Amino acid sequence: MAAGRSVLIASEDPFEHDASRLHALAIQLRRAGHEVTLFLVQNAVLAARATCARSGLPALREAAVEILADDFSLRERGIAALELHSAVNAAPLYVVIQLLAAGRKALWT
Amino acid sequence: MSDRKVLTFVLMDAPFESARTSTALRLIQTALDRGHAVNVFAYEGAVALAFAQQKAHANAVHGCNAQEENHPLPSTWIAELIATAAAAGTRLDWVNCGLCVDERGVNEAVAGVRRGSPVDLWTMAQASDNVLVIATR
Repeated sequence: MAAGRSVLIASEDPFEHDASRLHALAIQLRRAGHEVTLFLVQNAVLAARATCARSGLPALREAAVEILADDFSLRERGIAALELHSAVNAAPLYVVIQLLAAGRKALWT
Repeated sequence: MSDRKVLTFVLMDAPFESARTSTALRLIQTALDRGHAVNVFAYEGAVALAFAQQKAHANAVHGCNAQEENHPLPSTWIAELIATAAAAGTRLDWVNCGLCVDERGVNEAVAGVRRGSPVDLWTMAQASDNVLVIATR
């Protein structure tokens, strides 16, 4: 069976809502051979700063999960590109539409 | 294979409450701008997003009248999205769950929004290339 392709969209502040289960899902999907993109939007981008101590991003990077952060949400919160964790790339919201149009299974949290 | 797809968004949040609404409308706008056909099934509080009687208001703290405050109304945004779809040669089919509309007394929606039932959600999902559910937490 062909491996699946997923986009997990995280919208919640990781300091108010535990993101560990979503991260675990992303890693498990990767281990099962899926292509996985984690797209951070709204307050979920607060985890994207390199200085964020509890972001969970290193484990995601180690599992080769692609991590993108909505550029609009980053600008709203004053997070500059130079401040981003090296595992994160800024991206326009259009990327989500591209992934949906390409048939990625999508989960919003 | 056509690059133009049919995407369905399922919305639950009431207006003026969550950033999820702004993001959902941004996603819909982006999809329409790229020529995709979009279905929206709004249920629970989201049926009030398109309520035509929403009114902009002044903001005494800002010292602005309603026009100066330019407070965004989701119903205006939805009407503009429907116009965007027509201009882009595609369509936005926005369906409000009738049961949820009646509960809230918000039957008067902006032009182009129609009343339906969960059957419409099933039909939309069956005919779509993809579905994104943006539910209230």
